[in-house]
Amino acid sequence: MFLWQFLLLSAILFCIGVYGVLARRNGVLVLMSIELILNAVNINFVAMGAFNGTAAGEVFALFVIAVAAAEVGIGLAIVLLIYRNRRSIDLHEVDLMKG
Amino acid sequence: MASIFAVESGGNVYQSSGWLLENVWLIPLIPAISFALILFFGKKMPKGGSELGIVMIGASFLLAVLTAGQWIGQVNYADNHGTEQAHCFDFGDKHHGDDHGEDDGHAEDDDDGDDHSAAGLLLYPGETASAFFVEDGGDGNSSSPCPVISNTTWWSNGGQNFKVGTFVDGLTVTLLVVVTLVSLLVNIYSTDYVAGDRRYTHYFAFLSLFTASMLFFVVSENILQMIVGWELVGVCSFALIGHWWEEQPNSDAALKAFLTNRVGDMGLLIGMIILFFAAGETFSVFEINALANSGQISQNLLLIASLCLLAAVMSKSGQFILHTWLPDAMAGPTPVSALIHAATMVVAGIYMIARLYGVFFNGLSIGGSSINALALLGAVTCLAGAMLAFVQNDIKKVLAYSTISQLGYMALALGVGAWTAAVFHLMTHAFFKACLFLGAGSVAHSVHSFDMKESMGGMRKYMPHTYRTFLIGSLALMGLPPLAGFWSKDEILAGTGGWGLFGGTGGNGAYTFALIMGTLAAMMTAAYMTRVLYLTFFGEFRGAHHLHHDDHHEEEHADHGDGHGHDDHGHDAVPHESGPRIVVPLYILAFLALTTGFLNFPGGFQLVPKGWQLRFEHYVEPRSATEYFPKIAHATPSWTLAIVVTALVLCGAAASYLYYFKRVDAQGGTELVNGLTERNALAGWGHHALVNKYFLDHIYDSGPAQPASVATPAAGLWATAAGLGLGFTLGNGLDISMPWPIIWGGVAAVTIFLLVQSALLTGIGIASFVKKPMAYFINWFNKSVLDGVIDNTGKGAVAVADVVYHKIDQGVVDGAVNLAGAASSGAGGELRRMQTGKVQQYAALLFGGAAILAGILMFVI
Amino acid sequence: MIPVLAVQTAQTIFFWVIAAVMIFSALRVVTTKNIVHAALYLVVVLAGVAMQFILLGAEFAGATQVLVYIGAVVVLFLFGIMLTRAKIGNEEKADHDNKIPAILTAVLLASVMIFAIFDWSSDLQFTVEKATTGNELGRGQIVLEEQSVRLVSDSIFSEYIVAFEAISVLLLAALIGAIVIARKE
Repeated sequence: MFLWQFLLLSAILFCIGVYGVLARRNGVLVLMSIELILNAVNINFVAMGAFNGTAAGEVFALFVIAVAAAEVGIGLAIVLLIYRNRRSIDLHEVDLMKG
Repeated sequence: MASIFAVESGGNVYQSSGWLLENVWLIPLIPAISFALILFFGKKMPKGGSELGIVMIGASFLLAVLTAGQWIGQVNYADNHGTEQAHCFDFGDKHHGDDHGEDDGHAEDDDDGDDHSAAGLLLYPGETASAFFVEDGGDGNSSSPCPVISNTTWWSNGGQNFKVGTFVDGLTVTLLVVVTLVSLLVNIYSTDYVAGDRRYTHYFAFLSLFTASMLFFVVSENILQMIVGWELVGVCSFALIGHWWEEQPNSDAALKAFLTNRVGDMGLLIGMIILFFAAGETFSVFEINALANSGQISQNLLLIASLCLLAAVMSKSGQFILHTWLPDAMAGPTPVSALIHAATMVVAGIYMIARLYGVFFNGLSIGGSSINALALLGAVTCLAGAMLAFVQNDIKKVLAYSTISQLGYMALALGVGAWTAAVFHLMTHAFFKACLFLGAGSVAHSVHSFDMKESMGGMRKYMPHTYRTFLIGSLALMGLPPLAGFWSKDEILAGTGGWGLFGGTGGNGAYTFALIMGTLAAMMTAAYMTRVLYLTFFGEFRGAHHLHHDDHHEEEHADHGDGHGHDDHGHDAVPHESGPRIVVPLYILAFLALTTGFLNFPGGFQLVPKGWQLRFEHYVEPRSATEYFPKIAHATPSWTLAIVVTALVLCGAAASYLYYFKRVDAQGGTELVNGLTERNALAGWGHHALVNKYFLDHIYDSGPAQPASVATPAAGLWATAAGLGLGFTLGNGLDISMPWPIIWGGVAAVTIFLLVQSALLTGIGIASFVKKPMAYFINWFNKSVLDGVIDNTGKGAVAVADVVYHKIDQGVVDGAVNLAGAASSGAGGELRRMQTGKVQQYAALLFGGAAILAGILMFVI
Repeated sequence: MIPVLAVQTAQTIFFWVIAAVMIFSALRVVTTKNIVHAALYLVVVLAGVAMQFILLGAEFAGATQVLVYIGAVVVLFLFGIMLTRAKIGNEEKADHDNKIPAILTAVLLASVMIFAIFDWSSDLQFTVEKATTGNELGRGQIVLEEQSVRLVSDSIFSEYIVAFEAISVLLLAALIGAIVIARKE
């Protein structure tokens, strides 16, 4: 296998995730797009690790998985709180600034 | 047939088996593909995906029948040809997972002198086993057929190979045929029953998935695969019971089924793990059984593993204590109840015991004793289920409790060592119980209700086909000759060996209590089925009010949209017979209920030629020469047994007949006014206990003390299990005969339970005693000490601040600040554009900036 | 034994098939208007990532991915969807009306990254093979040890022990934080 295959896949997933983060209006969907980004990064790590024959890539990917899980937990808690206070998680309605 | 299916090739080692026996994985694969196809394409198909399901399960059924044919050929070949193979598989020094390239150093360890590389299993993953027949120490002209095992490694790590594969012998083949046949008939029946339903395609998809899961479970070659199949059928059961989940009771019932099964699954996992380690770290069913039979695993270990697995059987196969989910599961559509909760899924536990019989037979010391845990469990379930069936008004609930009772029979049979009787009863029960359930569905479909007292009665005139098939099914269930139930039930009762079988020859022990309880349950079965027959098919029709309400249907009934076969009932007040897609499966099942019994005439039955006796046993029961099946004794029923049991059953039926057909009918209505349970306090209390299902649901769902309410049933259950296990282990270890181990076990269970309960209640008591004074103290501390300090600090600070404010702040600082402020706000007004508060705009700037930075990094630097 | 070229081809084919499914599902995650479908497509993507991990010989990461991501994170998402009363079926307000900035940013980022990838690594090749006794591989290939789980655990508990402890504290903080944020007063 070529290394660029995995890096390409990772880049494409990353950019799809970025599009998702920017284009979605629903808070939960934005969080899902963030998950796509994190997974793309994970593929990158593991591929590089496999290419260099070390386990460091896999280890780092494990840490990223742990952090991502923590982040999703907190993120959803915040989304829930927003929903409770404003009855809606539409990101259009969550900006109080007037600029 | 023998020459087509078994070919000898040079030497004495390699004889082939049938192609289907080696590729039996096709049979679960086809319904799995059907599931996927229906899920993706079902909505677009003209009949909503049901035609796909029927065709593919039909194909599976055909393959199953052909596989059965090949297995029969295999057995016939073995009967007529000898062999020199001593073992089906030679495990030598138990090299598991290592490649045989490293074998060289072990050659001196084995003492049987065999050549491992020729006869060893697991040599190359993906190959089938090498010995198909094994010499059985007989006359040299016949041998015993080995099971056909085929497996492949799907993952290996840490020195352990995880395999997935198939294990085909008589038991497998029997279940394959039964499951595919009942599934096919249920699919055909469902096209009429749930026509127009809100989730028609989804229903058929899950029926296919269930069939695939059950078949996957049935052909499992190792216990890991069995666990996967077990859980999969549990999930499908959950999905199908809760098919109409919009109504709360249905989704509650689905959850109850799943969670109750989960409680037992703890036992499954622990038991399987114990077996894995006890058998030298192998998952293979064949190896575990072989090691258990040869005495290489200690009996106490086998006992503990068996008891843990019994917990799983209690939940999945509805044995007493964990049976409470089965009647509630009737909230699902009736074809689902027929398929899953009568014929196939609930027998998964029975199948597991039958498959791992070496473990159970040796662990529970079934041979030669007079009581053991499995027999006791089965007998109690038998009786408890039968008693509960008397007080149900819902026809499906009667059948559910009847299923619990019959499953108790199967467990009882396995517990007394009557293996073939249990498997045979499994098969006959599947047919006549499915017939009864589908018949009940047919009746309910036309009166839109399942309540016998309220809306049925006199259906004999309106639904003659359903009546006939239901009658045949009931007679089979009661066990009247010559229907199927008679043959299988009698074999079970004969196998108990109690009271010398009234003159027959001996079984594996003397389980007199099992004989008594089994016969009592048979009498009760006759009685309550007669009650059902009366309330449903005789008397006056009571359901006219249901048929007038066109738009209000019971929650059981499917939505009526387009495509419904019946015309609207608003105008006629009588029910009518169901369409052919419902009636034809009923007739097929009734025919099977009539004739299946003839497959296993008892040995020594004078009325049929010797060649017709024990055909089922001959082809299905594994031979002990194959090493994975223990040596069990076979009892033969006697004429006395048959006559006495049948007479007692007829007495039961007659009692019910007198009560219902004569006295109730004379008074009209559905029960005697001022009957026995109202006049006699004891009878009344008994009735109350039965109606409340022995208060088990009360214990499980709510508890007297809130925190303890969750812990109580779990604690109670595991305390009982631990106590019984301790008792049996001690009894076995110290070689003390029954019933002392049970008594000790009971005492231990009660003690543990009381300890746990008192610990919980003490904790709660202490907490509540200490709560109040502590709260008062904390409040005082808060107000006086903490708040006091804060208040005084605050007052001091206010004074200082006053000075600072008036002199310094207003005069000097403010002037400078105002100047700075003006400048800032001007700049801020411009920069404010970036701060819109829209998170995604920030993100866009972030990613865009990163991209530009990366570009600069690449091109410029 | 299986020739190296066949292994390489098989791995490449599998990779592209899984990658195609993943990319399609990822696109569906960000474009579908049905939130529950988006979660399910996300499951497909995550499963695809797990398969890629296994293809790369990182089975522990693959198993953890399935357990943690699909088993926990997706369930968390579904709970979030349920608790925020998402509509069953399509939801009209799923995307912004003006998607041009998003598309532009994504395309810009993609082009930068893809250019960098091809510029730097277009000739770097490797094969993942488990070293089992008796297999002869061609020279010049990178080979992983048979028990990669042992390597990973050795790494975590010796070289990266500080990071491991930090992650534990992070998870604890996240746990407490989530409870504090989302509890009812």
